[in-house]
Amino acid sequence: MSLDELYRQVILDHYRNPRRSGRLESPTAHADGTNPLCGDEISLDLAVRDGKVTEAAVTGRGCSISQASASMMADRIVGKTLTEVEDLIHRVKRLLDIEEGDAGLDPERPGAALGDLESLAGVRRFPVRVKCADLPWATLQQALADGTAT
Amino acid sequence: MPATYPSPLAPRPPLVDSSAAPMTTDLSHLRPDFPILGREVNGKPLIYLDSAATTQKPEQVLAALDDYYRLHNANVHRGAYRLAEEATEMYEGARVKVAKFISAAVPEEVVFTRGTTSSLNAVAYGWGLYHLKAGDRIALTMMEHHANVVPWQLVARHTGAELVFLPLGTDYRIDVSDIDRIIDERVKIVAFSGMSNVLGTIGPLVEAVAAARRVGAIAVVDAAQLVPHTPTDVQAIGADFLAFSAHKMLGPTGIGALWGRRDRLEEMEPAEGGGEMIRDVFLDHATWAEVPHKFEAGTPPIAEAVGFGAAVDYLTAVGMDRIREHERELTRYALDRLATIPDLKVYGPNDTALRGGAVSFTLADIHPHDLATILDQSGVAVRAGHHCAKPLMRHLDVPATARASFYLYNIPAEVDVLIEALHEARRLFGVA
Repeated sequence: MSLDELYRQVILDHYRNPRRSGRLESPTAHADGTNPLCGDEISLDLAVRDGKVTEAAVTGRGCSISQASASMMADRIVGKTLTEVEDLIHRVKRLLDIEEGDAGLDPERPGAALGDLESLAGVRRFPVRVKCADLPWATLQQALADGTAT
Repeated sequence: MPATYPSPLAPRPPLVDSSAAPMTTDLSHLRPDFPILGREVNGKPLIYLDSAATTQKPEQVLAALDDYYRLHNANVHRGAYRLAEEATEMYEGARVKVAKFISAAVPEEVVFTRGTTSSLNAVAYGWGLYHLKAGDRIALTMMEHHANVVPWQLVARHTGAELVFLPLGTDYRIDVSDIDRIIDERVKIVAFSGMSNVLGTIGPLVEAVAAARRVGAIAVVDAAQLVPHTPTDVQAIGADFLAFSAHKMLGPTGIGALWGRRDRLEEMEPAEGGGEMIRDVFLDHATWAEVPHKFEAGTPPIAEAVGFGAAVDYLTAVGMDRIREHERELTRYALDRLATIPDLKVYGPNDTALRGGAVSFTLADIHPHDLATILDQSGVAVRAGHHCAKPLMRHLDVPATARASFYLYNIPAEVDVLIEALHEARRLFGVA
Protein backbone atom coordinates (compact mmCIF):
# COMPACT_ATOMS: atom_id res chain seq x y z
CA MET A 1 0.00 0.00 0.00
CA SER A 2 1.71 3.13 -1.11
CA LEU A 3 0.86 6.65 -0.09
CA ASP A 4 2.32 7.90 -3.38
CA GLU A 5 -0.40 5.93 -5.13
CA LEU A 6 -3.07 7.65 -3.05
CA TYR A 7 -1.71 11.18 -3.14
CA ARG A 8 -0.87 11.40 -6.80
CA GLN A 9 0.23 14.71 -8.23
CA VAL A 10 -2.98 15.07 -10.20
CA ILE A 11 -5.05 14.70 -7.01
CA LEU A 12 -3.02 17.31 -5.19
CA ASP A 13 -3.33 19.60 -8.22
CA HIS A 14 -7.13 19.35 -8.21
CA TYR A 15 -7.16 19.80 -4.42
CA ARG A 16 -5.15 23.00 -4.58
CA ASN A 17 -6.60 24.31 -7.85
CA PRO A 18 -10.18 23.10 -7.93
CA ARG A 19 -11.81 23.32 -11.39
CA ARG A 20 -15.25 24.83 -11.87
CA SER A 21 -15.17 26.19 -8.37
CA GLY A 22 -18.06 28.45 -7.33
CA ARG A 23 -21.80 28.75 -7.91
CA LEU A 24 -23.98 28.97 -11.00
CA GLU A 25 -26.26 31.94 -11.45
CA SER A 26 -29.25 29.86 -12.51
CA PRO A 27 -28.73 26.20 -11.81
CA THR A 28 -31.42 23.74 -12.84
CA ALA A 29 -30.31 21.23 -10.24
CA HIS A 30 -28.53 21.49 -6.94
CA ALA A 31 -27.48 19.24 -4.07
CA ASP A 32 -25.47 19.50 -0.87
CA GLY A 33 -23.52 16.49 0.27
CA THR A 34 -21.97 16.12 3.68
CA ASN A 35 -20.23 13.39 5.50
CA PRO A 36 -21.18 14.09 9.12
CA LEU A 37 -18.53 11.72 10.43
CA CYS A 38 -15.59 13.57 8.95
CA GLY A 39 -17.22 16.91 8.11
CA ASP A 40 -16.46 16.89 4.37
CA GLU A 41 -18.86 19.15 2.46
CA ILE A 42 -19.73 19.45 -1.22
CA SER A 43 -22.22 21.86 -2.73
CA LEU A 44 -23.00 21.20 -6.38
CA ASP A 45 -24.81 23.37 -8.94
CA LEU A 46 -25.77 21.92 -12.32
CA ALA A 47 -27.31 23.37 -15.44
CA VAL A 48 -29.01 20.66 -17.46
CA ARG A 49 -30.43 21.57 -20.85
CA ASP A 50 -31.86 19.21 -23.47
CA GLY A 51 -30.65 16.16 -21.59
CA LYS A 52 -27.12 17.50 -21.35
CA VAL A 53 -25.06 18.93 -18.51
CA THR A 54 -24.11 22.36 -19.83
CA GLU A 55 -22.60 23.83 -16.67
CA ALA A 56 -21.35 22.61 -13.30
CA ALA A 57 -19.96 24.43 -10.28
CA VAL A 58 -18.73 23.12 -6.95
CA THR A 59 -17.93 24.60 -3.58
CA GLY A 60 -16.90 22.61 -0.58
CA ARG A 61 -14.34 21.87 2.01
CA GLY A 62 -12.75 18.73 3.23
CA CYS A 63 -9.87 16.39 2.59
CA SER A 64 -7.82 16.28 -0.60
CA ILE A 65 -9.57 13.13 -1.81
CA SER A 66 -13.11 14.50 -1.52
CA GLN A 67 -12.28 17.91 -2.96
CA ALA A 68 -10.12 16.56 -5.79
CA SER A 69 -12.80 14.04 -6.67
CA ALA A 70 -15.35 16.87 -6.82
CA SER A 71 -13.11 18.99 -9.01
CA MET A 72 -12.43 16.16 -11.43
CA MET A 73 -16.10 15.26 -11.51
CA ALA A 74 -17.25 18.79 -12.31
CA ASP A 75 -14.69 19.04 -15.05
CA ARG A 76 -15.64 15.71 -16.54
CA ILE A 77 -19.43 15.92 -16.66
CA VAL A 78 -19.84 19.23 -18.49
CA GLY A 79 -20.88 18.54 -22.07
CA LYS A 80 -22.01 15.01 -21.28
CA THR A 81 -25.53 13.68 -21.79
CA LEU A 82 -27.39 12.48 -18.71
CA THR A 83 -26.98 8.91 -19.93
CA GLU A 84 -23.25 9.43 -20.24
CA VAL A 85 -23.10 10.99 -16.78
CA GLU A 86 -25.06 8.08 -15.35
CA ASP A 87 -22.62 5.67 -16.97
CA LEU A 88 -19.67 7.69 -15.64
CA ILE A 89 -21.02 7.59 -12.08
CA HIS A 90 -21.16 3.81 -12.17
CA ARG A 91 -17.72 3.49 -13.69
CA VAL A 92 -16.25 5.65 -10.94
CA LYS A 93 -18.06 3.61 -8.31
CA ARG A 94 -16.61 0.46 -9.87
CA LEU A 95 -13.19 2.12 -9.88
CA LEU A 96 -13.61 2.75 -6.15
CA ASP A 97 -14.86 -0.80 -5.53
CA ILE A 98 -18.20 0.53 -4.30
CA GLU A 99 -19.93 -1.32 -7.11
CA GLU A 100 -18.78 -4.62 -8.53
CA GLY A 101 -17.53 -4.88 -12.06
CA ASP A 102 -15.07 -3.47 -14.53
CA ALA A 103 -14.52 0.27 -14.48
CA GLY A 104 -13.75 0.09 -18.18
CA LEU A 105 -10.15 1.20 -17.96
CA ASP A 106 -8.04 0.50 -21.02
CA PRO A 107 -4.74 -1.01 -19.87
CA GLU A 108 -3.21 -0.21 -23.27
CA ARG A 109 -4.05 3.46 -23.03
CA PRO A 110 -3.84 4.56 -19.42
CA GLY A 111 -5.77 7.74 -18.79
CA ALA A 112 -7.79 7.46 -21.98
CA ALA A 113 -10.92 6.08 -20.37
CA LEU A 114 -11.52 8.24 -17.32
CA GLY A 115 -8.76 10.80 -17.59
CA ASP A 116 -7.75 12.43 -14.33
CA LEU A 117 -10.37 10.36 -12.55
CA GLU A 118 -8.18 7.29 -12.94
CA SER A 119 -5.97 8.79 -10.26
CA LEU A 120 -8.72 7.85 -7.79
CA ALA A 121 -7.92 4.16 -8.35
CA GLY A 122 -5.44 4.28 -5.45
CA VAL A 123 -8.21 5.17 -3.02
CA ARG A 124 -9.72 1.67 -3.11
CA ARG A 125 -6.74 0.40 -1.14
CA PHE A 126 -7.67 2.75 1.70
CA PRO A 127 -11.19 1.55 2.54
CA VAL A 128 -11.92 4.26 5.11
CA ARG A 129 -11.20 6.92 2.49
CA VAL A 130 -13.49 5.51 -0.22
CA LYS A 131 -16.41 7.49 1.19
CA CYS A 132 -14.38 10.69 0.71
CA ALA A 133 -13.89 10.00 -3.00
CA ASP A 134 -17.52 8.98 -3.37
CA LEU A 135 -19.08 12.01 -1.68
CA PRO A 136 -19.19 14.23 -4.82
CA TRP A 137 -20.63 11.40 -6.88
CA ALA A 138 -23.34 10.66 -4.35
CA THR A 139 -24.08 14.39 -4.34
CA LEU A 140 -24.24 14.38 -8.13
CA GLN A 141 -26.74 11.50 -8.06
CA GLN A 142 -28.84 13.45 -5.60
CA ALA A 143 -28.70 16.61 -7.74
CA LEU A 144 -29.75 14.68 -10.82
CA ALA A 145 -32.60 12.98 -8.98
CA ASP A 146 -33.84 16.33 -7.62
CA GLY A 147 -33.35 18.07 -10.96
CA THR A 148 -35.37 15.46 -12.80
CA ALA A 149 -38.14 15.69 -10.25
CA THR A 150 -38.64 19.43 -10.66
CA MET B 1 -16.28 -4.69 0.92
CA PRO B 2 -15.38 -6.67 4.04
CA ALA B 3 -12.04 -5.67 5.49
CA THR B 4 -9.62 -8.44 6.34
CA TYR B 5 -7.02 -8.12 9.03
CA PRO B 6 -3.75 -10.02 9.19
CA SER B 7 -2.77 -11.62 12.47
CA PRO B 8 -1.81 -8.52 14.38
CA LEU B 9 0.27 -9.97 17.17
CA ALA B 10 3.51 -10.62 15.35
CA PRO B 11 6.21 -10.70 18.01
CA ARG B 12 8.58 -7.81 17.83
CA PRO B 13 11.18 -6.19 20.02
CA PRO B 14 9.85 -3.39 22.17
CA LEU B 15 10.47 0.17 21.07
CA VAL B 16 13.63 1.47 22.60
CA ASP B 17 13.05 4.68 24.43
CA SER B 18 14.63 7.75 22.91
CA SER B 19 17.82 8.73 24.62
CA ALA B 20 17.21 12.24 23.28
CA ALA B 21 14.45 12.67 25.85
CA PRO B 22 15.33 11.11 29.17
CA MET B 23 12.15 10.97 31.21
CA THR B 24 12.43 11.54 34.91
CA THR B 25 9.10 9.77 35.26
CA ASP B 26 9.78 6.72 33.12
CA LEU B 27 6.79 4.41 32.97
CA SER B 28 7.98 2.36 29.98
CA HIS B 29 8.20 -0.74 32.18
CA LEU B 30 4.39 -0.79 32.12
CA ARG B 31 4.18 -1.31 28.35
CA PRO B 32 4.26 -5.13 28.48
CA ASP B 33 1.04 -4.95 30.52
CA PHE B 34 -0.77 -3.74 27.38
CA PRO B 35 -0.98 -6.62 24.91
CA ILE B 36 -2.24 -4.47 22.02
CA LEU B 37 0.97 -2.42 22.07
CA GLY B 38 2.68 -5.55 20.74
CA ARG B 39 0.76 -5.58 17.49
CA GLU B 40 1.63 -4.15 14.14
CA VAL B 41 -0.31 -1.82 11.85
CA ASN B 42 0.55 -1.62 8.18
CA GLY B 43 3.73 -3.55 8.90
CA LYS B 44 4.84 -1.08 11.56
CA PRO B 45 4.65 -1.24 15.36
CA LEU B 46 1.40 0.28 16.54
CA ILE B 47 1.90 3.74 17.98
CA TYR B 48 -1.33 4.53 19.71
CA LEU B 49 -1.82 8.26 20.16
CA ASP B 50 -5.60 8.37 20.56
CA SER B 51 -6.09 7.82 24.27
CA ALA B 52 -8.31 10.90 24.54
CA ALA B 53 -10.82 8.89 22.48
CA THR B 54 -10.32 5.64 24.32
CA THR B 55 -7.42 4.02 26.11
CA GLN B 56 -5.88 0.60 25.71
CA LYS B 57 -6.44 -2.01 28.41
CA PRO B 58 -3.85 -3.74 30.58
CA GLU B 59 -3.83 -7.50 31.21
CA GLN B 60 -5.04 -6.82 34.75
CA VAL B 61 -8.32 -5.33 33.48
CA LEU B 62 -8.78 -8.03 30.84
CA ALA B 63 -8.15 -10.69 33.50
CA ALA B 64 -10.70 -9.13 35.84
CA LEU B 65 -13.38 -9.24 33.13
CA ASP B 66 -12.46 -12.80 32.24
CA ASP B 67 -12.39 -13.93 35.86
CA TYR B 68 -15.76 -12.38 36.55
CA TYR B 69 -17.45 -14.13 33.62
CA ARG B 70 -15.68 -17.45 34.20
CA LEU B 71 -16.18 -17.74 37.93
CA HIS B 72 -18.67 -15.28 39.38
CA ASN B 73 -21.26 -14.32 36.77
CA ALA B 74 -24.77 -13.78 38.16
CA ASN B 75 -27.23 -10.93 38.31
CA VAL B 76 -26.68 -8.54 41.18
CA HIS B 77 -28.66 -7.51 44.24
CA ARG B 78 -31.61 -9.89 44.49
CA GLY B 79 -30.16 -13.37 44.34
CA ALA B 80 -30.16 -15.44 47.51
CA TYR B 81 -27.42 -17.71 46.33
CA ARG B 82 -23.66 -17.66 46.52
CA LEU B 83 -22.87 -16.56 42.96
CA ALA B 84 -25.29 -13.65 43.15
CA GLU B 85 -23.70 -12.61 46.43
CA GLU B 86 -20.25 -12.71 44.88
CA ALA B 87 -21.35 -10.74 41.84
CA THR B 88 -23.02 -8.16 44.07
CA GLU B 89 -19.94 -7.86 46.25
CA MET B 90 -17.74 -7.39 43.20
CA TYR B 91 -20.08 -4.80 41.70
CA GLU B 92 -20.42 -2.83 44.91
CA GLY B 93 -16.71 -3.33 45.59
CA ALA B 94 -15.97 -1.58 42.31
CA ARG B 95 -18.11 1.33 43.48
CA VAL B 96 -16.01 1.61 46.64
CA LYS B 97 -12.80 1.62 44.57
CA VAL B 98 -14.05 4.29 42.18
CA ALA B 99 -15.33 6.41 45.08
CA LYS B 100 -11.96 6.21 46.84
CA PHE B 101 -10.15 7.04 43.60
CA ILE B 102 -11.85 10.45 43.43
CA SER B 103 -12.02 10.95 47.23
CA ALA B 104 -15.82 10.79 47.37
CA ALA B 105 -17.23 11.12 50.90
CA VAL B 106 -19.08 7.81 50.67
CA PRO B 107 -19.40 5.12 47.97
CA GLU B 108 -23.11 5.95 47.60
CA GLU B 109 -22.09 9.21 45.94
CA VAL B 110 -20.92 7.22 42.91
CA VAL B 111 -23.61 6.26 40.38
CA PHE B 112 -22.61 3.84 37.67
CA THR B 113 -23.73 4.99 34.22
CA ARG B 114 -22.93 4.08 30.65
CA GLY B 115 -20.25 6.75 30.53
CA THR B 116 -19.69 10.49 30.68
CA THR B 117 -22.41 11.23 28.14
CA SER B 118 -25.03 9.32 30.06
CA SER B 119 -23.80 10.84 33.35
CA LEU B 120 -24.27 14.37 32.00
CA ASN B 121 -27.67 13.46 30.55
CA ALA B 122 -28.66 12.05 33.94
CA VAL B 123 -27.97 15.43 35.55
CA ALA B 124 -29.64 17.36 32.73
CA TYR B 125 -32.79 15.22 32.81
CA GLY B 126 -32.77 14.31 36.51
CA TRP B 127 -31.85 17.69 38.00
CA GLY B 128 -32.08 20.31 35.24
CA LEU B 129 -35.52 19.34 34.00
CA TYR B 130 -36.97 19.61 37.54
CA HIS B 131 -35.18 22.75 38.69
CA LEU B 132 -35.04 25.01 35.62
CA LYS B 133 -37.75 27.41 34.53
CA ALA B 134 -38.17 29.90 31.70
CA GLY B 135 -35.61 32.68 31.94
CA ASP B 136 -33.13 30.62 33.92
CA ARG B 137 -29.68 30.18 32.47
CA ILE B 138 -27.21 27.35 32.01
CA ALA B 139 -23.61 28.50 31.74
CA LEU B 140 -21.20 26.43 29.63
CA THR B 141 -17.82 27.22 28.10
CA MET B 142 -16.70 27.57 24.48
CA MET B 143 -14.58 24.41 24.69
CA GLU B 144 -17.25 21.86 25.57
CA HIS B 145 -17.62 18.42 24.05
CA HIS B 146 -21.05 17.90 22.45
CA ALA B 147 -21.85 15.65 25.44
CA ASN B 148 -21.81 18.76 27.62
CA VAL B 149 -23.72 20.94 25.15
CA VAL B 150 -26.53 18.96 23.57
CA PRO B 151 -28.13 17.56 26.79
CA TRP B 152 -28.40 21.15 28.07
CA GLN B 153 -29.88 22.32 24.78
CA LEU B 154 -32.50 19.58 25.04
CA VAL B 155 -33.36 20.45 28.62
CA ALA B 156 -33.38 24.18 27.79
CA ARG B 157 -35.93 23.44 25.08
CA HIS B 158 -38.17 21.70 27.61
CA THR B 159 -37.85 24.35 30.31
CA GLY B 160 -37.37 27.62 28.43
CA ALA B 161 -33.94 28.11 30.00
CA GLU B 162 -31.18 29.75 27.98
CA LEU B 163 -27.55 28.82 27.39
CA VAL B 164 -24.69 31.25 27.95
CA PHE B 165 -21.03 30.60 27.26
CA LEU B 166 -17.80 31.58 28.95
CA PRO B 167 -15.53 32.70 26.09
CA LEU B 168 -12.20 31.30 25.03
CA GLY B 169 -9.23 33.61 25.62
CA THR B 170 -6.41 34.16 23.18
CA ASP B 171 -4.23 31.69 25.08
CA TYR B 172 -6.67 28.80 24.47
CA ARG B 173 -7.85 29.03 28.07
CA ILE B 174 -11.32 29.94 29.23
CA ASP B 175 -11.41 33.68 29.79
CA VAL B 176 -12.74 34.14 33.32
CA SER B 177 -12.16 37.91 33.48
CA ASP B 178 -15.87 38.51 32.97
CA ILE B 179 -17.14 35.46 34.81
CA ASP B 180 -19.04 37.40 37.49
CA ARG B 181 -21.04 39.23 34.83
CA ILE B 182 -21.80 36.09 32.79
CA ILE B 183 -22.63 33.89 35.76
CA ASP B 184 -25.29 36.05 37.39
CA GLU B 185 -28.35 35.26 39.51
CA ARG B 186 -30.21 33.86 36.49
CA VAL B 187 -27.68 31.05 36.13
CA LYS B 188 -28.81 27.84 37.83
CA ILE B 189 -26.31 25.40 36.35
CA VAL B 190 -22.63 25.90 35.51
CA ALA B 191 -21.40 22.93 33.46
CA PHE B 192 -17.87 22.90 32.15
CA SER B 193 -15.04 20.71 30.94
CA GLY B 194 -12.36 19.82 33.46
CA MET B 195 -9.94 19.30 30.59
CA SER B 196 -10.61 19.95 26.92
CA ASN B 197 -10.47 16.92 24.65
CA VAL B 198 -9.40 19.23 21.80
CA LEU B 199 -7.10 21.86 23.30
CA GLY B 200 -5.86 19.89 26.29
CA THR B 201 -6.65 22.99 28.36
CA ILE B 202 -7.50 22.42 32.00
CA GLY B 203 -10.87 24.01 32.74
CA PRO B 204 -11.54 26.91 35.13
CA LEU B 205 -12.22 24.56 38.03
CA VAL B 206 -11.68 27.06 40.83
CA GLU B 207 -13.27 30.09 39.16
CA ALA B 208 -16.33 28.30 37.75
CA VAL B 209 -17.12 26.48 40.99
CA ALA B 210 -16.70 29.72 42.97
CA ALA B 211 -18.93 31.62 40.54
CA ALA B 212 -21.59 28.91 40.78
CA ARG B 213 -21.45 29.04 44.59
CA ARG B 214 -21.78 32.81 44.59
CA VAL B 215 -25.11 32.73 42.72
CA GLY B 216 -26.42 29.48 44.21
CA ALA B 217 -26.07 27.52 40.96
CA ILE B 218 -24.91 23.91 40.81
CA ALA B 219 -21.49 23.15 39.31
CA VAL B 220 -21.18 20.18 36.96
CA VAL B 221 -17.77 19.02 35.76
CA ASP B 222 -17.30 17.04 32.56
CA ALA B 223 -14.25 15.19 33.85
CA ALA B 224 -13.93 12.65 31.01
CA GLN B 225 -10.39 13.90 30.28
CA LEU B 226 -9.57 15.06 33.80
CA VAL B 227 -10.03 12.01 36.02
CA PRO B 228 -7.91 9.68 33.84
CA HIS B 229 -4.96 12.06 33.71
CA THR B 230 -4.71 13.97 36.99
CA PRO B 231 -5.21 13.18 40.66
CA THR B 232 -8.85 14.13 41.27
CA ASP B 233 -10.32 15.03 44.65
CA VAL B 234 -14.01 15.86 44.37
CA GLN B 235 -14.03 17.33 47.88
CA ALA B 236 -11.27 19.76 46.94
CA ILE B 237 -12.91 20.71 43.64
CA GLY B 238 -16.13 21.40 45.48
CA ALA B 239 -18.50 20.91 42.55
CA ASP B 240 -21.93 19.25 42.82
CA PHE B 241 -21.56 16.69 40.04
CA LEU B 242 -18.61 15.21 38.20
CA ALA B 243 -18.85 12.84 35.23
CA PHE B 244 -16.28 10.45 33.74
CA SER B 245 -15.88 7.25 31.72
CA ALA B 246 -14.06 4.00 32.48
CA HIS B 247 -12.85 3.40 28.94
CA LYS B 248 -10.76 6.56 28.95
CA MET B 249 -8.89 5.32 32.03
CA LEU B 250 -7.89 1.76 31.09
CA GLY B 251 -11.32 0.29 31.84
CA PRO B 252 -13.99 -1.29 29.62
CA THR B 253 -16.40 0.58 27.36
CA GLY B 254 -20.05 0.83 28.38
CA ILE B 255 -19.53 2.06 31.92
CA GLY B 256 -18.76 5.34 33.58
CA ALA B 257 -19.60 7.20 36.72
CA LEU B 258 -21.55 10.16 37.92
CA TRP B 259 -20.29 11.44 41.22
CA GLY B 260 -22.75 13.69 42.99
CA ARG B 261 -22.85 15.30 46.39
CA ARG B 262 -25.20 13.22 48.51
CA ASP B 263 -27.78 15.99 48.98
CA ARG B 264 -27.79 16.78 45.26
CA LEU B 265 -28.31 13.13 44.38
CA GLU B 266 -31.17 13.01 46.88
CA GLU B 267 -32.94 15.91 45.18
CA MET B 268 -32.28 14.52 41.70
CA GLU B 269 -34.95 12.46 39.93
CA PRO B 270 -34.12 9.29 38.01
CA ALA B 271 -33.96 9.82 34.24
CA GLU B 272 -34.67 6.14 33.64
CA GLY B 273 -37.18 3.87 35.31
CA GLY B 274 -37.25 0.09 35.52
CA GLY B 275 -36.05 -2.77 37.64
CA GLU B 276 -33.39 -2.34 40.33
CA MET B 277 -34.19 1.35 40.89
CA ILE B 278 -37.48 1.03 42.82
CA ARG B 279 -38.51 0.62 46.42
CA ASP B 280 -42.07 -0.33 45.57
CA VAL B 281 -44.26 -0.25 42.48
CA PHE B 282 -48.02 0.20 42.33
CA LEU B 283 -50.29 0.37 39.33
CA ASP B 284 -50.20 4.15 39.16
CA HIS B 285 -46.92 5.10 40.79
CA ALA B 286 -43.67 3.89 42.24
CA THR B 287 -41.21 4.87 44.94
CA TRP B 288 -37.48 4.94 44.49
CA ALA B 289 -34.68 2.92 45.93
CA GLU B 290 -31.96 4.69 47.91
CA VAL B 291 -29.18 6.67 46.24
CA PRO B 292 -27.32 5.51 44.15
CA HIS B 293 -29.54 2.60 43.13
CA LYS B 294 -32.47 4.81 42.14
CA PHE B 295 -30.33 5.93 39.18
CA GLU B 296 -29.31 2.44 38.09
CA ALA B 297 -32.36 1.05 36.30
CA GLY B 298 -32.11 -2.41 34.81
CA THR B 299 -29.31 -4.93 35.04
CA PRO B 300 -26.17 -2.82 35.32
CA PRO B 301 -22.94 -3.45 33.39
CA ILE B 302 -21.57 -5.77 36.08
CA ALA B 303 -18.48 -7.15 34.38
CA GLU B 304 -17.67 -3.65 33.19
CA ALA B 305 -17.90 -2.34 36.74
CA VAL B 306 -15.50 -5.05 37.87
CA GLY B 307 -13.16 -4.06 35.03
CA PHE B 308 -13.55 -0.40 36.02
CA GLY B 309 -12.49 -1.32 39.55
CA ALA B 310 -9.45 -3.19 38.20
CA ALA B 311 -8.51 -0.15 36.10
CA VAL B 312 -8.71 2.07 39.15
CA ASP B 313 -6.52 -0.41 41.06
CA TYR B 314 -3.98 -0.30 38.26
CA LEU B 315 -3.89 3.50 38.11
CA THR B 316 -3.67 3.74 41.89
CA ALA B 317 -0.74 1.31 41.97
CA VAL B 318 1.13 3.40 39.39
CA GLY B 319 0.15 6.61 41.14
CA MET B 320 -1.85 9.42 39.58
CA ASP B 321 0.83 11.97 40.50
CA ARG B 322 3.39 10.00 38.52
CA ILE B 323 0.99 9.61 35.61
CA ARG B 324 0.36 13.36 35.54
CA GLU B 325 4.10 14.05 35.75
CA HIS B 326 4.84 11.55 32.98
CA GLU B 327 2.24 13.12 30.70
CA ARG B 328 3.52 16.61 31.38
CA GLU B 329 7.02 15.55 30.40
CA LEU B 330 5.87 13.69 27.31
CA THR B 331 3.60 16.55 26.24
CA ARG B 332 6.48 19.00 26.73
CA TYR B 333 8.65 16.82 24.51
CA ALA B 334 5.91 16.52 21.86
CA LEU B 335 5.15 20.27 21.84
CA ASP B 336 8.86 21.10 21.49
CA ARG B 337 9.33 18.67 18.63
CA LEU B 338 6.13 19.73 16.87
CA ALA B 339 7.37 23.32 17.06
CA THR B 340 10.29 22.34 14.80
CA ILE B 341 8.00 21.38 11.92
CA PRO B 342 7.40 24.29 9.54
CA ASP B 343 3.76 25.26 8.87
CA LEU B 344 2.52 23.23 11.83
CA LYS B 345 0.11 24.98 14.16
CA VAL B 346 -0.79 23.67 17.61
CA TYR B 347 -4.17 24.61 19.10
CA GLY B 348 -3.72 24.70 22.85
CA PRO B 349 -1.61 26.18 25.65
CA ASN B 350 2.15 25.71 25.50
CA ASP B 351 2.55 25.60 29.27
CA THR B 352 2.11 21.99 30.42
CA ALA B 353 1.00 23.19 33.86
CA LEU B 354 -2.17 24.46 32.17
CA ARG B 355 -2.90 21.46 30.02
CA GLY B 356 -3.11 17.72 29.58
CA GLY B 357 -1.77 15.46 26.87
CA ALA B 358 -4.30 15.98 24.07
CA VAL B 359 -2.46 17.94 21.37
CA SER B 360 -4.44 19.26 18.41
CA PHE B 361 -2.68 20.56 15.34
CA THR B 362 -2.90 21.32 11.65
CA LEU B 363 -0.08 21.12 9.10
CA ALA B 364 0.02 23.57 6.18
CA ASP B 365 -2.93 22.97 3.82
CA ILE B 366 -2.97 19.22 4.46
CA HIS B 367 -6.41 18.23 5.66
CA PRO B 368 -6.35 16.39 9.02
CA HIS B 369 -7.97 13.32 7.45
CA ASP B 370 -5.18 13.14 4.94
CA LEU B 371 -2.71 13.52 7.80
CA ALA B 372 -4.36 10.67 9.71
CA THR B 373 -4.14 8.40 6.68
CA ILE B 374 -0.48 9.26 6.16
CA LEU B 375 0.39 8.75 9.83
CA ASP B 376 -1.48 5.44 9.86
CA GLN B 377 0.93 4.15 7.23
CA SER B 378 3.66 4.64 9.83
CA GLY B 379 1.59 2.78 12.40
CA VAL B 380 0.66 6.02 14.15
CA ALA B 381 -2.99 6.23 15.27
CA VAL B 382 -4.20 9.82 15.70
CA ARG B 383 -7.70 11.23 15.50
CA ALA B 384 -8.76 13.72 12.86
CA GLY B 385 -11.97 15.68 12.71
CA HIS B 386 -14.04 17.99 14.85
CA HIS B 387 -13.58 15.87 18.01
CA CYS B 388 -17.26 16.30 18.92
CA ALA B 389 -16.64 19.98 19.61
CA LYS B 390 -18.07 21.79 16.61
CA PRO B 391 -18.79 25.10 18.40
CA LEU B 392 -15.12 25.22 19.43
CA MET B 393 -13.92 24.32 15.93
CA ARG B 394 -16.08 27.08 14.48
CA HIS B 395 -14.63 29.50 17.01
CA LEU B 396 -11.09 28.44 16.07
CA ASP B 397 -12.14 28.74 12.42
CA VAL B 398 -10.85 25.31 11.44
CA PRO B 399 -13.08 22.57 10.01
CA ALA B 400 -10.97 19.91 11.65
CA THR B 401 -7.70 19.24 13.44
CA ALA B 402 -5.47 16.24 13.87
CA ARG B 403 -5.03 15.24 17.49
CA ALA B 404 -2.34 13.19 19.18
CA SER B 405 -3.12 12.28 22.76
CA PHE B 406 -0.96 10.52 25.29
CA TYR B 407 -1.32 8.23 28.25
CA LEU B 408 0.90 6.45 30.73
CA TYR B 409 2.04 3.84 28.18
CA ASN B 410 3.35 6.32 25.60
CA ILE B 411 7.06 7.05 25.30
CA PRO B 412 9.20 9.71 23.58
CA ALA B 413 10.29 7.25 20.86
CA GLU B 414 6.67 7.21 19.71
CA VAL B 415 6.66 10.99 19.45
CA ASP B 416 9.77 10.67 17.28
CA VAL B 417 7.91 8.39 14.86
CA LEU B 418 5.01 10.86 14.77
CA ILE B 419 7.41 13.68 13.91
CA GLU B 420 9.06 11.65 11.13
CA ALA B 421 5.65 10.79 9.69
CA LEU B 422 4.66 14.47 9.70
CA HIS B 423 7.78 15.25 7.67
CA GLU B 424 6.71 12.50 5.28
CA ALA B 425 3.31 14.17 4.98
CA ARG B 426 4.99 17.44 4.02
CA ARG B 427 6.99 15.63 1.35
CA LEU B 428 3.94 13.81 -0.07
CA PHE B 429 1.96 17.02 -0.31
CA GLY B 430 4.90 18.93 -1.69
CA VAL B 431 4.75 21.54 1.05
CA ALA B 432 7.78 23.70 0.40
